[in-house]
Amino acid sequence: MPTVSMTVNGKSVSAEVEPRTLLVQYLRESLGMTGTHVGCDTSQCGACVVHVNGESLKSCTMLAAQAEGADVTTIEGLADGDVLHPMQEAFRENHGLQCGFCTPGMVMSALDLVQKNPDPSEQEVREWLEGNLCRCTGYHNIVKSILAGAQALRG
Amino acid sequence: MYQFNYQKAGSADEAASAVTAAEDGRFLAGGMTLIPTLKQRLAQPSDLVDLAGISDLVGIEDGGDSITIKGMTRHVDVANSDLVKSKIPALASLADNIGDPQVRNRGTIGGSLANNDPAADYPAAVLGLNATVITNKREIAAEDYFDGMFTTVLEEGELITAVRFPIPAKAAYMKFPNPASRYALVGVMVAQTGGDTRVAVTGAGQDGVFRASEIESALSANWSADAAKAVKMSDDGLNADIHASAEYRAHLISVMASRAVTAAG
Ligand SMILES: Cc1cc2nc3c(=O)[nH]c(=O)nc-3n(C[C@H](O)[C@H](O)[C@H](O)COP(=O)(O)OP(=O)(O)OC[C@H]3O[C@@H](n4cnc5c(N)ncnc54)[C@H](O)[C@@H]3O)c2cc1C
Ligand code: FES
Ligand code: FES
Repeated sequence: MPTVSMTVNGKSVSAEVEPRTLLVQYLRESLGMTGTHVGCDTSQCGACVVHVNGESLKSCTMLAAQAEGADVTTIEGLADGDVLHPMQEAFRENHGLQCGFCTPGMVMSALDLVQKNPDPSEQEVREWLEGNLCRCTGYHNIVKSILAGAQALRG
Repeated sequence: MYQFNYQKAGSADEAASAVTAAEDGRFLAGGMTLIPTLKQRLAQPSDLVDLAGISDLVGIEDGGDSITIKGMTRHVDVANSDLVKSKIPALASLADNIGDPQVRNRGTIGGSLANNDPAADYPAAVLGLNATVITNKREIAAEDYFDGMFTTVLEEGELITAVRFPIPAKAAYMKFPNPASRYALVGVMVAQTGGDTRVAVTGAGQDGVFRASEIESALSANWSADAAKAVKMSDDGLNADIHASAEYRAHLISVMASRAVTAAG
């Protein structure tokens, strides 16, 4: 089996996997990092969103082999020890989750938005979340959380 | 997913030879269509040849009276290109409304056109703007390229290296997105280009993208939103599914065309 190596949350990692292994399986099954979720098999829900070379994408729709040599950030890479990342803290403060299944993808997607657009309008946040589905919250508090997280990050 | 072999190609020629040499080879571009298809076991290629490392296949070039977009250029890069935004804003906004941000960060123009999904957006741009599809073997006029739903005239091992769009005098694209998938329930590109009035419709036709000649005639006589809206499209050959009936799609074509004319000015 081919060896696939990349950097995940700042650490070099390497594992032997079949070519058909998806990036999300590599993260969850080979590396045991289960923060990234799988919510669908049609590439529509966004529970699996991670950053690869600084941009958000659906890790269920990329082969691990395509991420060879890449720099990957997952939800596990955000907090600083026990201190949550400001965007995570904003979700906690604003009740931006209920079951929490969609949350890792929501947070990773939101961080890609605010790095491109540090001061998004409510409408821009809602449009950006096109690829992130939530079965619980009705999105309202997710949008509130992202606006608050963006504000915290602007300082 | 079934098993397959995976390799990265260093050049377009190498990729084309690798696909041709394989038992059942496929190019892998953004993977936004191919990987979901593999996950659902709807295809079983023996080999995937990844185009991602080929720098010659990425970029947008100013040809003066045209813009050439290389095959592996992602939707996000077309949407954000200053050149495309200033010369063919209709094309930048079309790319900006494909799927969602994560799909736009991966999906490519070449992959979209090779796939020719009957509800995809780019086919309406290629046919409506009278673009030319450039492959490693030849140049194919928009009129000759599409060959029915999910079908094109591309041969095995034929790689889309670029697409050349002549700069239109006016153009706009309006889509009525399927609320769940964001694919076009009906999408219409209207354009005045090279002295012609062109109207291309995606999402509606059973055979994929097509030109609405009735609306083209109406707009050639009178370029106005009202003229487009007054055309009653026939529902012959239009899709009917759980999302919309053929009659509804027929109605939407005139409505989207008229909104596009308003947007084009
Ligand atoms: C959730 C979701 C929503 C979407 N919404 C939309 C939408 O609203 N509108 C829309 O238009 N599309 C939509 N798409 C599809 C998206 O635009 C895809 O990116 C596109 O159709 C395929 O491009 P790709 O680069 O991902 O190609 P891939 O999936 O990698 O390849 C698709 C096919 O094309 C072949 N191929 C790829 N590149 C080339 C090339 N250069 N030359 C020859 N053959 C090639 C491959 O072998 C394969 O058969 C959506 C996809 C998803 C997952
Ligand atoms: S798991 Fe649903 S989009 Fe990736
Ligand atoms: S909080 Fe349950 S799916 Fe979003």
